[in-house]
Amino acid sequence: MGKLSRFIFTSLVLFILWLFLTSTFRSQEVLIGLIFSLAIALFTYNSFTERGLQNLNPRKVFCAFLYLPYLLWQMIKANFDVAYRVLHPKMPIKPGIVHVKTKMKSDLGKLVVANSITLTPGTLTLDVIDDNMLIHWINVKTDDVEKASEEIPGVFEKCLKEFLE
Amino acid sequence: MLNAIGWFLIYFGAFFLFLGALGIMRFPDVFNRLQAGTKCTTLGALSTSIGVGLLHPAWLPKTFIIALFILLTNPISSHALGRASYRSGVKLWEKSVVDKCKEFKECVEEENE
Repeated sequence: MGKLSRFIFTSLVLFILWLFLTSTFRSQEVLIGLIFSLAIALFTYNSFTERGLQNLNPRKVFCAFLYLPYLLWQMIKANFDVAYRVLHPKMPIKPGIVHVKTKMKSDLGKLVVANSITLTPGTLTLDVIDDNMLIHWINVKTDDVEKASEEIPGVFEKCLKEFLE
Repeated sequence: MLNAIGWFLIYFGAFFLFLGALGIMRFPDVFNRLQAGTKCTTLGALSTSIGVGLLHPAWLPKTFIIALFILLTNPISSHALGRASYRSGVKLWEKSVVDKCKEFKECVEEENE
């Protein structure tokens, strides 16, 4: 991918971060922020992004915006699930480590799927080895690889494949 | 109105932080405790910081950035803790149903050394 587009994308992200952190539009602050984000981007764009401005493709941005509320909703569900298991006198847990296959190819995709799995009800990613994920499940329903892959990362991958791959 | 929502978010977050602490005390082994720790602290810290932002609207953009970084880093740290404790030989709870991790060489490597 073009170096220029990767550079522009990095400085754009840094500049928006600066605007959020200072939360003012005074011309001095904006100018200094612009200078610094350009300077930092010059050194870091190589490791920051692989695809540059392609990340801002409207369809991808739209998918990301759909994904965030979905993730928040899953997190709230996860918390009530934990609350139920903690407060129940008998502690209804049936823990175990299951093996799941992921369809994501890129490193970023795997990272986001693993993080999302950790935040969803009853699951915690322990290890990622190539396309195998080892997941601690607090209430094991099945130890079959395919069924578990359907159950745990299935929903996320459908949503994420759109904007990460 | 904004104040009311802010206070609600703060109490909501504090409640779940409390439940997370309770879970860390009650659950039987490291991995179950991590589950309670991660989920409750992520949502708890997220909703308290955004609640504070709503009480002081000038801070709102900053609290959003804090919330974003918590959302990105909290699961990673718990993943690192879980992986490290499995590799250093922490046993699962005796009533655990299944342990697929044993089948992978990478998982138990350091135990054999």
